[in-house]
Amino acid sequence: MSSAAAAAGLASPRAAFDRALLLVVPAAAFMLLLFVYPFLYGLALSFNPKEGGPLANYSHFFTTDNLWPTIWTTLRLALPATLINVGLALPIAFKMRVKSPYQRWATTILVIPITLGTVLIAQGMLTYFGPKGWLAQFLQFFHLYEGSIRLTHNYWGVLISLVISGFPFAFLLILSYITGIDPVLARAASTLGASPRAQFRTIYLPLLAPGLAMCFCLAFVQAFSVFPSAVLLGSPAGPTRVISIAAYEAAFEQYDYSLASAIAMIMGFVQLIVVAAVLGLRNLMYRGPVSGGKG
Amino acid sequence: MNHDFNELRLEGVTRRFAGAGGQAFAALNELTLTIKRGEFIALLGPSGCGKSTALNCIAGLMQLSGGSIWLDATRIDTLPPEKRGFGMVFQNYALFPHMTVAKNIGFGLKMRGLPDAEIEPRVAHAMKLVQLIGQEHKLPGQLSGGQQQRVAIARAIVIEPPLVLMDEPLSNLDAKLRIETRAEIRRIHKELGRSTIYVTHDQDEALSLADRIVVMKDGVVQMIAVPHDVYGQPANLHVARFMGYRNVLELTIEAEQGDRVTVAGPDVRLTGVRKQPLANGRACVAMRPEEFVLGAPAGGANTIAGRVANVEYCGRDSLVDVVTASGTLLHVRATGSPRLDDTVHVHVPVERVLVYPSEASA
Amino acid sequence: MSAGAPARDHRWLDRAWTGLLWGLMTLFLVNIGLMIAAVATNSFAKRWLGTWLPDGWTTAWYVSAWKEFQLDAILMVTVEVVFAVVFLALLIGVPAAYTLARRDFPGKRLLMLLFLLPLMVPPITYGIPLATVLYKAQLAGTIYGVILANLIPAAPFVILVMTPFIEQIDPNLESAARVFGASTGRMFWHILVPLLGPGILAASLLVLVRTIALFELTFLTSGPDSQTLVVALYYAVFAAGVRAPQSVDAMAMIYMMVTLAWLLIALRFVNPTQLVSRVKEHPQPA
Repeated sequence: MSSAAAAAGLASPRAAFDRALLLVVPAAAFMLLLFVYPFLYGLALSFNPKEGGPLANYSHFFTTDNLWPTIWTTLRLALPATLINVGLALPIAFKMRVKSPYQRWATTILVIPITLGTVLIAQGMLTYFGPKGWLAQFLQFFHLYEGSIRLTHNYWGVLISLVISGFPFAFLLILSYITGIDPVLARAASTLGASPRAQFRTIYLPLLAPGLAMCFCLAFVQAFSVFPSAVLLGSPAGPTRVISIAAYEAAFEQYDYSLASAIAMIMGFVQLIVVAAVLGLRNLMYRGPVSGGKG
Repeated sequence: MNHDFNELRLEGVTRRFAGAGGQAFAALNELTLTIKRGEFIALLGPSGCGKSTALNCIAGLMQLSGGSIWLDATRIDTLPPEKRGFGMVFQNYALFPHMTVAKNIGFGLKMRGLPDAEIEPRVAHAMKLVQLIGQEHKLPGQLSGGQQQRVAIARAIVIEPPLVLMDEPLSNLDAKLRIETRAEIRRIHKELGRSTIYVTHDQDEALSLADRIVVMKDGVVQMIAVPHDVYGQPANLHVARFMGYRNVLELTIEAEQGDRVTVAGPDVRLTGVRKQPLANGRACVAMRPEEFVLGAPAGGANTIAGRVANVEYCGRDSLVDVVTASGTLLHVRATGSPRLDDTVHVHVPVERVLVYPSEASA
Repeated sequence: MSAGAPARDHRWLDRAWTGLLWGLMTLFLVNIGLMIAAVATNSFAKRWLGTWLPDGWTTAWYVSAWKEFQLDAILMVTVEVVFAVVFLALLIGVPAAYTLARRDFPGKRLLMLLFLLPLMVPPITYGIPLATVLYKAQLAGTIYGVILANLIPAAPFVILVMTPFIEQIDPNLESAARVFGASTGRMFWHILVPLLGPGILAASLLVLVRTIALFELTFLTSGPDSQTLVVALYYAVFAAGVRAPQSVDAMAMIYMMVTLAWLLIALRFVNPTQLVSRVKEHPQPA
């Protein structure tokens, strides 16, 4: 893919080669220093608790009642949110794959929640979805729901915020994958007798499978790390006590960095398991290039 | 639809697009054509002439703005492409990258609900026909351009369609491969005898492959005829230009007798055959470089004197540019090697001077 | 082959399905708009309790929020952090992107993975160990720590955005420059950088927009006088019981206007999808 030969050929090969490689050193060094090293340091620290043997942090986590359920609590939020986000994004992006004014508008507006970030969405939800907000008034006005709506400071608030911040991301990602598939393939399939449904099933879906899997993983990982929404929109003491809150408290309220690192490791580990499972599933499907024709 | 048909009729097929500035323009304008069973039809023309539009309309990939398409007595332009049952070879092959060669070829059969036991032998037969044995389990990305081309052809013919559509299938191949694959297409057509509509901008392909050629320009049909007539008796100036009549001169009409017309300019006087009704005293003559004879006796009929301005040696012959005293440029193919600045006389037979209306009045 | 009753049912079903999808999308977009409008309305409201529109209008909340949250200082910090991050990310990212796009070498895939990880792993996961390390290095709580922390996802993002731009530049141009006498430095300056201009601009704007909104990393590494706007907003919302909601909403509006202003500027130069993924002709064979 890179034309090393062409570019390096003219200058004295040795010199050009060395110098170009040097260019990547600052970035690589930075990553190693501030990304890899803290990770390794945290890993080591997690096995070095304030008191007890090397695994004390981990056993403490799994035996304390306000710690180990956080895994399940977080999964209970992240998995449904991801399934909703990816599950809705796929058909909608597929329908909107043809460039149209509506598609352009929708794409641009969808960028706004991503840009604004989870904190603003949280505040917006508190105002809009709150018991006295417009949504509640709207529902009551049309007698769609008589009771007081409780969409904030509970599980639903966090779930909704995960959908608001996660759906645009999944949608834009899947849309970029779908538009990367050459539409002439579907046309070829139709001349061979494939109905639109069969076209989706036999052409688009297999070609999208790798991208979908990647999208699911990224969306899940994002949802699993939910933090400000869980605090602001949920009830961090109970039903929405997610694992990132536990890690934060360990670090900044108990000043137990060792435990915090351990919790962060566990968090990363759970994410890794889910991602590995999804990618494993994907490997059963196609993995090659997605443009038809001249390879 | 696996039955054979007697004729495919296009009646006034029109396709309009919204152009720049909101004006609708007709990419395809009133195409009327009848194709008999087993015929090989070439749609020939420069890019933008509407030939690909026509093909897409026949395939069902585009809706008609006007007109209709009939397969014997059944009207088919209202059917979606998956119901028409034609085979199509796309310009960039459109092979499904995630399926093996065998699965690609068998796709149409699978869509028709045939069991695997039936699909396999038919796929094998098609692969033998296009000479692709042994590649069943490869992915398209692992094949060369020429091989991909043959997979595309096999995929279209294995479903035994009543009609095969080909959209500039050779344009992405290099020159040598193009000639080889052209021969393949001719061979396959002879063996299978399936009606074919072949879109190309290359006149050599059209001449060598087609039973009849449809020459198009700007969405309008210019001429429908057998290759021999398209080559030798182009119906109008556009077809003439497209088919290599490089010498086009606009001259004044001096005399008309029957279909013989004499036209003259500053140092040119030619008698030729009228191809279309003339008016306004001016006419255009079209002549092929190959039909000039260099070294004719001076002063004879249909003879022009000039100076050799340029000689391009082409091996078999030379392409000689001859400029008359008044600056008229003629391209002449000649054997022998005239020298630069030599004075020469070139002669062209009367039957090979084709006379058309002048473009100003056309 | 003839369109009969089953086909008619199919078309009705198709239409219903399409309608449902477009309906959901529109519902989503409308709710986002209303949510933002709610915040905006509240920020201008004198009092607003459970009615369609507030009792009265005022801009006093903005003034009070400005003073109360010390927004002038916070904006200054935000500007410093964001521009420093953009500058540094470009400084180390663009050369790295050049090498990755133009050269093949052993370990290249590993290196690319290294650059890709910070973008795929969410900030809070690596933020806590990072905060620990910065704390040990006595950088936590200072603006330098915040800048370094935000640089971690920013530099790889620059690499990700720049790589296709560099790949698009014909390598023959560099050869031609050398043939006509340019040294590597001059070739960079006269040929590459001008051609990369749009790419660098795109990358800068995207990093800028992302860094303004990046919460977790700054949150974990900042101190009281190195908070960016988004972190200050979080604390305001967090303590919302103590402060008037209108005041918090006023601050939220200020944050929103800053973010959206830069987003609008960015959108003139980049495609919305670039914010999320690498704009590609074909998806990566992942």
